[in-house]
Amino acid sequence: MIEQIDLTMVSWARATFALTAMYHWIFVPLTLGLSFICAFFESIYVKTGNEQWKKLTRFWMTLFGINFAIGVATGIILEFEFGTNWSNYSWMVGDIFGVPLAIEGLLAFFLEATFFAVMFFGWNRVSKGAHLFSTWMVAIGSNLSAVWILVANGWMQHPVGMEFNPDLARFEMVDFWAILSSPVAISHFVHVTSAAFLYASLFVVAVSSWFLLKKRHIQFAKRSLTVVCTFGLFAALFVAFTGDEHAYHAANVQPMKLAAMEGLYDGEHSAGLVAAGMVNFSKQPGDDQDAFIFKIKVPMVLSLLANRDINSFVPGINDLVFGNEAENIMGVEEKMARGKLAVAGLGDYKAAQDVGDQLAAAKALTLFEKNSEYLGYGYLDSAEQAVPYVPLIFYSFRVMVGLGTFFILLFMVYLYLLYKDQLEKQPLLLKLGAISFFLGLVAHEAGWIVTEVGRQPWAIQDLLPVTIARSNLDAGTVEVTFFMFLILFTALLIAELKIMTKQISIGPEGD
Amino acid sequence: MQISAYPSHGDPMFKNAFCLYYDGFRSMVLGRTLWKIILIKLFIMFAILKVFFFPNFLETHFDTDAERADHVLQNLTQPSSVNH
Repeated sequence: MIEQIDLTMVSWARATFALTAMYHWIFVPLTLGLSFICAFFESIYVKTGNEQWKKLTRFWMTLFGINFAIGVATGIILEFEFGTNWSNYSWMVGDIFGVPLAIEGLLAFFLEATFFAVMFFGWNRVSKGAHLFSTWMVAIGSNLSAVWILVANGWMQHPVGMEFNPDLARFEMVDFWAILSSPVAISHFVHVTSAAFLYASLFVVAVSSWFLLKKRHIQFAKRSLTVVCTFGLFAALFVAFTGDEHAYHAANVQPMKLAAMEGLYDGEHSAGLVAAGMVNFSKQPGDDQDAFIFKIKVPMVLSLLANRDINSFVPGINDLVFGNEAENIMGVEEKMARGKLAVAGLGDYKAAQDVGDQLAAAKALTLFEKNSEYLGYGYLDSAEQAVPYVPLIFYSFRVMVGLGTFFILLFMVYLYLLYKDQLEKQPLLLKLGAISFFLGLVAHEAGWIVTEVGRQPWAIQDLLPVTIARSNLDAGTVEVTFFMFLILFTALLIAELKIMTKQISIGPEGD
Repeated sequence: MQISAYPSHGDPMFKNAFCLYYDGFRSMVLGRTLWKIILIKLFIMFAILKVFFFPNFLETHFDTDAERADHVLQNLTQPSSVNH
């Protein structure tokens, strides 16, 4: 079955989506975080009446505006791709995604857009309070947009609140609140937005560090750093906390993703967490090769993080693929058998409906409904296809966590040295701070790799593999669009970098 | 058209809002460059990419929702048949 599907088209479609999503994610978290940072700066200005804080706010707001302008509508490309490259998927989830994306457009975007104009045009035209209110509304509006997108993504990871309509081949929403309040969606949202706050803080750290290195706008830089290092430290700690929560939910609803994150092939009680290691790239499920060339493990921590119980069993890839009777884990092969019954039931139902045989249709529908939770497995050719690419997920996870830990230390050191008024005398540290923004970008993208590559082979966890989610298109068409997007987004990125660096080199007005 | 740079008390809210936008756009400097980029980007996305490279597959290949559903059902129930 799978080998007859044009996997080249699937690969190009996935590559195109990954490319556009990763470019989109360069701009978006900066908008999410910098909007709140500007709101904090302006709040200080309004509270103190100090014009230096107003200049400071206007400078960062200008950079926010540049990033917003370059990044706006880059997400629309992803919607285009749904309709063109992923038509089966977009049809099937249309009823689920329609409501969140409609709310995003009507509520969040209009809220943001309305107050955006007051924020930029309203200086000296509206009262301080009204302007400050507008700035906060832009921050809240942009983050509200993120809610709905992440609710949609959370549903892909853990589909809830829906029923499958076999006549229309669509998932239909039956419980909006179940979708909105899904623990996976909530942990996803808080983790991603707090990571965006961290990322934007690193941006301010980077620019301010550069000012200090050049011995320009020193007081401005110190003021900025004092606020964002505090904000960034809280954000970094919250990212760690919410990341733990996110992994806990992954352990429960996406155990294969967690096993891949850890390179865990054979499950264990009191499982240890791999702090660092080198994976064996040729390791396959079921073989007798070692999963690691070397590893450093922290005992029991994985069981604690995954299940909140240091003695609990954490399934490995082999347990999930081949099953583990002792731990009551159904293997992928058994799920595949049930999935194929679901596919057959759906096919028989359609055939019976076409000829008007209601009795046969009812029988087929019963077969489908009995096995529908394993529908996606019915499209796999082998149990090993249920395993995502372990090395990429393993290393991406460690890059993300390692950098996240580093950022906490960076903010703490910065705050200490600011308190001691010694920061500008630390050129090496300032250089590190200047590049920290790019490290933040790396951490961000690594996190998305963990969550989206870790989800493979599923477009919708357990229900729809990526190979079935796509459209019936030639690979050549998709390949062309990949390179078009590469050119378009690279041009946008270069434009942003040029305009942004020019504005940074100009510095805050009158300073 | 004589537009007051600053709204005065008693001006209706609509006029104040209009002045805000009008004066704001007119006084843009960096904003003009950014708006050019936005408009070029949107033109490329909606007038070129969307029209020529990203038609909605189901909308363009099928006329009714019943046909679209039938197509997707066929892909779900006979996945080997979708290779062409």
